[in-house]
This record gives sequence, structure tokens and C-alpha cells, in this order.
Amino acid sequence: MKIKLIASLLLTAFAGVASAAPQSFDFKDPKGVNNAVFKLDAPLEAINGSANGVSGTVAFDPANPAATKGKIVVAAESLTVPNPMMKEHMHGGQWLDVANNKEIIFEARELKDVKTVGDKTSANVTGTLTIKGVTKEVTAPVTLTYLKGKLGQRVPKMEGDLLVIRATFIIKRTDYGINPGAPAEKVSNEIELTLSIAGASPQK
Amino acid sequence: MKRGIQILAGAVVVVALAAWLTTGAHRGWTKTQIEVKTLDEVTGIEGITYQKGFWPGVDFLGAGLIGAGVLAGVSFLFRSKSNPQHQQQTNKL
Repeated sequence: MKIKLIASLLLTAFAGVASAAPQSFDFKDPKGVNNAVFKLDAPLEAINGSANGVSGTVAFDPANPAATKGKIVVAAESLTVPNPMMKEHMHGGQWLDVANNKEIIFEARELKDVKTVGDKTSANVTGTLTIKGVTKEVTAPVTLTYLKGKLGQRVPKMEGDLLVIRATFIIKRTDYGINPGAPAEKVSNEIELTLSIAGASPQK
Repeated sequence: MKRGIQILAGAVVVVALAAWLTTGAHRGWTKTQIEVKTLDEVTGIEGITYQKGFWPGVDFLGAGLIGAGVLAGVSFLFRSKSNPQHQQQTNKL
């Protein structure tokens, strides 16, 4: 009897482990809070702006955060700066050419130096960043915060989990062919991209 | 005519300067929208929305001052109304 009980408990536990697949988090935020901020700090001019057209999915396993993979897409058209003429130039052919390059894509391939404390995981994420049709490999520090059962607090009548991702990338404008001829003292060659996004994984 | 253009140039300077100063003497470019940050309490993310409006920058002030300068310059293309007494004296000579 005892052996049967132990065997059945072990089987249940094994089945539990075997079925612990990564959760899929959808980053299309109905509240419109998800955003990407970009900063260019040149000696003569600082340019700050943001984008809120964020979407994509990330597969995250709370039991194994190191296995996190996913794709985040920012609609290039949603990039905004407060000056209308500057925005028009930024969207134009010389700069981002949003008419022909509608998406900025980051595809996370692997996480390194993973440290998890409580619900927060910090790591260095390596993946590919595509801007204006140019794809380059990038590595950036990232923080993932797993908020178990918190989806209902954001979206009423929905149960599930949330995953908050924060990452900061520093890229070079010339690497992506964004008006490489523009003088660096007016428009910085270094662009700091900060991603602050939350994804939802509703319970099925 | 000359006097009128000079008054208009002065008015352009006053209006441009007043608009720039009363909206906060913003030293960047002119803005037609301004960032409004809202905190999402569940995720801790600062959401960014934009409020529409008009905040003149140094480009607006510069354009106002250049416009006034051009008007003042144009005013010198017009002759002043001649003084009749001065005209008579010139004729006698």
C-alpha cells in the first residue's frame, strides 16, 4: 500500500515537472503603457522621444528564466518626438524610412549571467536587433519581473500572470544606416534605447 | 508707410518675445505635443502619452526676431514724409 502511494506521488510530481512548459506572454498592451524611449545626446543637441506601438510574444518559464526567448516588435510609425518637423524628418527616407521599414524588431536568443532573486531575474540578453532593414547582434542588460496572478489587477475579469521586461540597449546610428552622413555633434551617433514593457499570460 | 512698417516690426518682436516668455522661455525647439507620464501601479511602468498644444522654442523666437529685422530693413526702402519748411529752404537755395 505504502509503495503504491509513494509511486503515485512520484508519478504526479514527475507529471507536474514534465508539463511545466514555458508560458507565452503577449506584449500587445491594451492599456497602451508599454513603451520604448530613445535618447540621443549630442554636444549641440539632445533629442528624446518614445514609441508605444509595442507588440510581440515572449516564452518565459518561471522555473527556468535562463531559457527565455521571444520577439518584441515596435511599430516604426509610432516613434514620436515633440517637434513636428523633427518627427517628419525622423520618419523620412534619410532617417528611419518608416514607409518601407515598418517594424523595429528585437529577437531574444539567449540569456547569460542569469540571477534570480524572488520574482526578479536580471541577466544579459543576446539577440538580434533589426532597424531600417539592418540586422545586428546586440547584448544588453535586462530585468524580468514575474508577477504571478497579477493580470486581474490590470485587466478586470481576467486571470493570469504578468511579465515586466526592462532593457537598455546602446546602439550606433551609423550601424543601422540611419542618416550616416549627419554630423555627430548635432545628432549623436549613440542611441540609448530603453524598453519598459509588460506582457500578459491569461489562464486558459 | 515707413513708420507703419517700423511699428509692425516692433509689434512682431514684442509678440514673439511675449509668447516665448509666457510659455516658459523654452530653450529647445518648438513643441506641438508634450510628454505626460503616468505610472502603472501594477507593473511599475511609466506610460508615456502626449498632450497636444503649442510651446514656442528658440526657433520661434529666432523667426520672430529675423522677421522683425527684415520688416525694419524693408521700411528703409521707403522715403520719410518730407518736412514742408525744409523743402522750401531747399528750393530757395
